[in-house]
Amino acid sequence: MKPARFRYHAPKTIEEAVDTLAEVAADDGRVLAGGQSLVPIMAFRLARPAHLVDINGVDALRRLAVDGERLCIGAGVRHATFHKPVVDGPLGRLLAAVVRHIAHYPIRTRGTFCGSIAHADPAAEWCLVAAALEAEMVARSAGGTRIIPAQDFFRGIMTTALNEDELLTEVRLPILPADSRFGFYEFNRRAGDFALAMALVTFRLQDGVIWEPRVAVGGVEPQPRRMVDAERALAGRAAERAAFEAAAAAVASAVDPLEDAVTSATYRRDLARTVTRRALEQAAA
Amino acid sequence: MTVTVDPGLRSHQSQASGGSQHGGATVPATTKWIGRSVTRLEDPPLVRGRGRFAGDISFAHQLHMRIVRANYAHGKIAAIDTAAARALPGVVAVWTAADIADVPPIDFREGQIPVLEPYRQPVLATEKVRYVGEPVAAVFADDPYVAEDAAELVSLEIEELPVLLAADAEPTEFSAGRSTEVSVIRQGYGDVDAVLRAAPKFVELELAIGRHSGVPLEARGAIGRYDVARDILELHGAAKVPHRNRELLARMLKRAPSSIHVHESHVGGGFGIRGELYPEDVLVCIAAMRLNRPVKWIEDRREHLMAANHSRQQIHRLRAAVDDEGRILAIDDRYFHDQGAYVRTHAARVVHMTAGILPGPYRVPAYRAVGHFRLTNKTPAATYRAPGRYETTFVRERLIDAIATKLGIEPNEVRRRNAITVDEMPYHRPLEALGEEIEYDSGDYVGLLDKLLATLEWDKRKVELARRRVGGEAVGAGFAMFVEKSGLGPADGVRIEVDSSGAVELITGGASLGQGFETVMAQVCAEILGIDYQRVRVTHGQTDRIAYGIGAHASRATVMTASATFDGAVKLRAKAIEAAASLMQAHPETLDIIDGNVRRKDEPAGPSMSLGEIAEHLAPTSKTLSGRVPGLSAEGWFRVKHQVYPYGIHFAVVKVDPDTGGVEVEDYVIAYDIGRALNPALVKGQIVGGFAQGFGGALLEEFTYNERGDPLATTFADYLMPTARETPEVHVILREDYTSPLNPLGIKGAGESGITGVGAAIASAIDDAIGIPGAVTQLPVTPQRLKQILDRQHNSSSRVRPASLDRSSR
Repeated sequence: MKPARFRYHAPKTIEEAVDTLAEVAADDGRVLAGGQSLVPIMAFRLARPAHLVDINGVDALRRLAVDGERLCIGAGVRHATFHKPVVDGPLGRLLAAVVRHIAHYPIRTRGTFCGSIAHADPAAEWCLVAAALEAEMVARSAGGTRIIPAQDFFRGIMTTALNEDELLTEVRLPILPADSRFGFYEFNRRAGDFALAMALVTFRLQDGVIWEPRVAVGGVEPQPRRMVDAERALAGRAAERAAFEAAAAAVASAVDPLEDAVTSATYRRDLARTVTRRALEQAAA
Repeated sequence: MTVTVDPGLRSHQSQASGGSQHGGATVPATTKWIGRSVTRLEDPPLVRGRGRFAGDISFAHQLHMRIVRANYAHGKIAAIDTAAARALPGVVAVWTAADIADVPPIDFREGQIPVLEPYRQPVLATEKVRYVGEPVAAVFADDPYVAEDAAELVSLEIEELPVLLAADAEPTEFSAGRSTEVSVIRQGYGDVDAVLRAAPKFVELELAIGRHSGVPLEARGAIGRYDVARDILELHGAAKVPHRNRELLARMLKRAPSSIHVHESHVGGGFGIRGELYPEDVLVCIAAMRLNRPVKWIEDRREHLMAANHSRQQIHRLRAAVDDEGRILAIDDRYFHDQGAYVRTHAARVVHMTAGILPGPYRVPAYRAVGHFRLTNKTPAATYRAPGRYETTFVRERLIDAIATKLGIEPNEVRRRNAITVDEMPYHRPLEALGEEIEYDSGDYVGLLDKLLATLEWDKRKVELARRRVGGEAVGAGFAMFVEKSGLGPADGVRIEVDSSGAVELITGGASLGQGFETVMAQVCAEILGIDYQRVRVTHGQTDRIAYGIGAHASRATVMTASATFDGAVKLRAKAIEAAASLMQAHPETLDIIDGNVRRKDEPAGPSMSLGEIAEHLAPTSKTLSGRVPGLSAEGWFRVKHQVYPYGIHFAVVKVDPDTGGVEVEDYVIAYDIGRALNPALVKGQIVGGFAQGFGGALLEEFTYNERGDPLATTFADYLMPTARETPEVHVILREDYTSPLNPLGIKGAGESGITGVGAAIASAIDDAIGIPGAVTQLPVTPQRLKQILDRQHNSSSRVRPASLDRSSR
């Protein structure tokens, strides 16, 4: 449980950080933010980066601001920041509802939103939020900045579109319309564990009819994603049990669940159905 | 959490002749310390962060040890290359089995057992590896980081062999000519076959208990140190059984026991698994002597989950004959005990005790238990809090439910018809547990059930649960009744010394795993000596302070060591009063000890002598010593033939989520008759803590393996300990109805009662909640397993009983 030897870098600015990363990336350099995932896997020696670029001293990365129609979350913003809504309206409430499912309180005071996105655990709540709301990931390297949409960002279990020399400086979430409803339901064996399945849904209602539905499922497949068939099953229908069941069934038939020695694909598929239905019921309530 | 202590009706007590049995000394009718929930003496350093755990112990110039562990579950060791590791700067030595060929495998605590000897674990693997995590090499370095770096450089060449992972699979070869079936344990009485043939009714069950274990907050640690000047070998970081481990080490290292000092420090949880003698303990001792530097080893969590003792895993195939009224006529149990790769210090203790303890609180006229003691390619197993009882209570109480279902009567009625009655006490059964014939000392099992049902307002609750089920909720309740065993002998001793300041030191052979041992011993000592309990310093787990000790396990510490303390305190009191009487020119009978001063009972404000003054008068150089043995001190001893048998009933209410298979425990009540609670708050702590562990084993904790024998639960992300969020509040009904006649204080053990019945009660409650009798046959009840049960029922039956349909028979 002692990490292998590494060199520690503590840049003070974004420029310095990406320059350092440019130097060490090829030599297995990694970014250290909250360290709540990286440090334990280093202790297990499952990860053994030769260089750690610690971004905790980069003040510019602590930015959390609304910029036009988007909430911009800098790489230094910690989970616990979202315990209270960070913006008025449904988005702030949604983030506040979801954050309580992330691990445990001490971890939330240290781990970061962007760190969770960059780590890309299939069952990470923020990755689900990013997929559901079509977040934009701002990736910066010494060579410049590019913006990666969520559907292109997650590439599998703990795999993303980020290049080794890129720092995820910011994630941008769209501000949800004021009449958006949302529902989030997660099933795990203990509070704070990674989800066995979870669903995040948002929609708007006009005369009791659903429009602009978003349904995304996490913890079931290698990466969270929106469920197009389920959204189709909801759009234009009354926000009632029949539509929710149809959407849940669409999710169950669309997913290709992860399977391991402890959890079967069949069980995960069943859970995907249940969490979707419950998230929808919550949104409608 | 709440606790109710009811002193019960003393007229029911079976301890009628206690006074004369124990040299005329009895506990005063009104007590000052015994029975009071005084605050713990142990706490000040612990709550201030001043505790001294294994990790806190360091010596100058110490080396750090890192173990290289097998990465295959079964294989021949073709080669071990340590050259690269030895070449790393800071590395002092790298050992494999060849380097310690003169050290025998780890011995059994109870001494030589020839039939089991071939199955002992070598300190470092020889020829074969038999489980993932088995120590293969040991690295010694100046720095723990370097030790870990070097350990990675040791390359193991292993030729993989087929793995054996199930105890009910066909046994294979352990070593040339030896089967993985170590032995077959048989216990029983009566003509079981004849009863089974003639039985009016017949119940058959196959049940499985999962592999889980005690997981203390503090992982293991061992620091070996050799004092060449005095030729003393020290082992620090010991727990549970320091004296026993000293004997074991002495045998293995061929040293005189008196030349080995084993020291217990603070212990962050033991639960039966911590404190046994493991390969790492032996290694730090040998290394300290051979490398001539102190050697420190601190286990990490991943190691702990694959290297420290596992426990519990059994499969029971049981048949029972019952009459038309639900009375058990015979039990015939064949079970498979998954011992893992080797037989460790406990030898066959758990598999043997399983057979002895299974019948529990019930009359079983004919009984046969056949236990297959089998090795597999998994971490070796041994005792974990309530060994054999967690397993057998699950089996036995599943049987009670099955009988109830078969005959259409309430499970508690089945319990009433089968329970041993108060008139049958003491109840002898020709079975053994821990090498003793079983003889239940006292108790009224049905009486405790009645008290529990009254407190629960069970008739009302039953209706309420039925109403909720009609409303569509999958809620249900279950009970589990058990007899615990505690107070394992055969003997315990203490020495009590008073110094010239009047401070009292109580030196015991006991051990403290955090249970409040010091406080309780001080309470007993203070009660008899007439002093404040805070004046008593309690020493434990130090083999250089007292020659003999059995330690803390089998819920024995309070029963045995407190009884010895009582004996020693009575003697010391007599010596103090006798000495004071001659100095004060008074009759001893007229004197009492009040707040540490000997005074005349009829003249409490008159002349007095402090215990410190008396100690000075009894000093070897004192002119007033006369012919007395010097010192205000005494030894106390306590010996028993039989253990004592407390008993209890667990009650669970659960709510099942039929869509996910999730289980929420809504309410949990434990009724327990402890005879006499020396410190009710600490007893409650034992019960509630035990419950949390039982709850983990019932729903969450499981050491799983893949088909190659790789352990899958080697972190806390995969080995699911219950947290405060999942663990429900526990209500404890603590009774003192039937004291034990077997010791002067009438006490029975508390350590394991909270865990014993949890798997059984929760299983029963889940059956009730989902309306499928006998549904739960395996622990832990994971959501996936429960969902499978529900789906199977849904698919196999067109006349599905929705959870909302009440089972009126309950």
